[in-house]
Amino acid sequence: MTNIYLPHLARIITIQDDTYDTKTFGLELVDAEARNTFRFRPGQFLEIAVLGVGEAPFGLASNPNHPEAFFVTIRAVGSVTDALHKLSPGDIVGVRGPFGNGFPFDEIKGKNVLFVAGGIGLPPLRSLIEPMLDARSEFGDVQILYGARSPADLVYKNRLKEWETMQDVRFMMTVDVGDSGWSGNVGVVTTIFPKADIIVDNTVAFVCGPPIMIRFAIMELLRLGFAPANIISTLERYMKCGVGKCGHCAIGHKYVCLDGPVFSYREMMKLPERVV
Amino acid sequence: MAKLGYLPKEKLTALLEALSKEQRLFVPCQAGDAVLFQQYDATKTPCLDRPATTPPKGIIFPQDDTLFTFTYHKDAEDLKKVSVELKENLDVAPTIIFGARPCDAKGFLIYDRPYTETDTPDPYYKKRRDMTAIMTLACPAPSPGCFCTSVGGDPADKDGSDVLITQLESGYLFESITEKGETILQNSLFEEGSSYQEQAQRTHEAVAELVRKPFQVTEELTQKVLSLFENDSFWEEEANKCISCGACTYLCPTCYCFNITDEQAGSSGERIRTWDACMFYHFTLEASGHNPRALKHQRLKNRVGHKFSYYPQKYDGAIACCGCGRCVRYCPVSVDISEIVAHAQEYTNDHGE
Repeated sequence: MTNIYLPHLARIITIQDDTYDTKTFGLELVDAEARNTFRFRPGQFLEIAVLGVGEAPFGLASNPNHPEAFFVTIRAVGSVTDALHKLSPGDIVGVRGPFGNGFPFDEIKGKNVLFVAGGIGLPPLRSLIEPMLDARSEFGDVQILYGARSPADLVYKNRLKEWETMQDVRFMMTVDVGDSGWSGNVGVVTTIFPKADIIVDNTVAFVCGPPIMIRFAIMELLRLGFAPANIISTLERYMKCGVGKCGHCAIGHKYVCLDGPVFSYREMMKLPERVV
Repeated sequence: MAKLGYLPKEKLTALLEALSKEQRLFVPCQAGDAVLFQQYDATKTPCLDRPATTPPKGIIFPQDDTLFTFTYHKDAEDLKKVSVELKENLDVAPTIIFGARPCDAKGFLIYDRPYTETDTPDPYYKKRRDMTAIMTLACPAPSPGCFCTSVGGDPADKDGSDVLITQLESGYLFESITEKGETILQNSLFEEGSSYQEQAQRTHEAVAELVRKPFQVTEELTQKVLSLFENDSFWEEEANKCISCGACTYLCPTCYCFNITDEQAGSSGERIRTWDACMFYHFTLEASGHNPRALKHQRLKNRVGHKFSYYPQKYDGAIACCGCGRCVRYCPVSVDISEIVAHAQEYTNDHGE
């Protein structure tokens, strides 16, 4: 029997500073067989551990078409994330997973896709955006709306520049508070909705960000005419085991780690707790 | 075919001696004011006249359990190069739990669905469960607060046990329920038991009559409890006196939530699993500060909801409460889960929900 609690060891290959409090860690599993068989779907997550400090869940941010070199983007906000930020390339972490259901991909081929990302909500969406760009002709209109608290809080700045120049991606960003170098939109992410020529017909919207942003983005999408089944988001919950046992992420009879973290708004409305 | 064996009272110690030679044997023992399951040795006298204060769940699912150990090794050639060694901690010895109550045994059946009957079985729980035999004592009398018959149980319920023991006037009747139980009954201390069966049956029926029945599980109960979920004022009222101490969850044979933490000293350490409780504020607190169940009535609603609505929805109507009554008996502020469920039933009947 596989021991679901025993992590694989992974070596940190690269560390990239995204913002003043956020880093992207490129990881590689140490065991050759585990490395060669590791696969994940967009929107799945890993339990990553600094052995001796603890373990926490992180959404995979990289392109699932390249599973051999995966990355996660982590903001330092607690004990495990602070410890991760102190590590260097070559250091070893524990990795369990991938866990969770992930985003739909094949199911939405042929449809238009709208991404609404807030702050550090962009990384999990990136695991869906990149494979979609790899298979660009199989999707309709692709639009990405990204908001952060300030220009300094934007992650993946180099990649954002590329998305801005792509002909077949409509990309817009905004910050809550600008600075002297910022000439773009100022305001929360929903303030760019009116300027974005959002297509509602035959579109699936993916929303990811802090809980309050998700709530307002969903309200605005509903007002624009999106059906609840076509609004797809992720639920943030404290998780420990990742395999539906420890109880931390249970909402009614659903477990965010097993049945989520991806839920449509239609599914969220059926949960016995208000989640957004 | 069930095997029957009669054991005169004076031979009980000899039986426990014999059983403890072959495997770890746990029996309920008086410890101060409490009755706790302890590993048997000649100095221990089993206390069988009342249910143990804490259920035997910790024998199969320890309150704290080292899942694995880790050691960081520095490379002697290149001191900056560090490797890590992991060592699984899965040593389990064959075990017998003697003197559990039927509700205690049933608690493990509630664990089994998420812990063994799944694509991702829990190796620690499963191994201990497989290697443990449960010898259950049919309740000689109901205990304050208990209500097993309301949740589909019975003071002589065999579900989840390997042997059912019935206390008679001058001895005990042992009945095997599983193969593990049959093996135990092969011991030569047992006398022919079939002539005592009728007497045992009468005892079972008499005790079942005495168990209080605060509510009745019906097919709609799950839906009724669920329908109250948006009714915050109902839950605020029920949770008024709750102090979120979590004692109910630690005493509960069916509460299976846990936390995982690491401890390290020097270059090695261990990953530990400990019981956790959904009654605690920190249970759902995220690093960002977001807490989806920040208020105590939301947490009480979750505990009652899990047992009487969520778990049944997930597992074909099975109620995740065995009616042992420990949470009722030992709650420091007298919150009574059976009363809450009865109130929920009344409330939905009165309000036509």
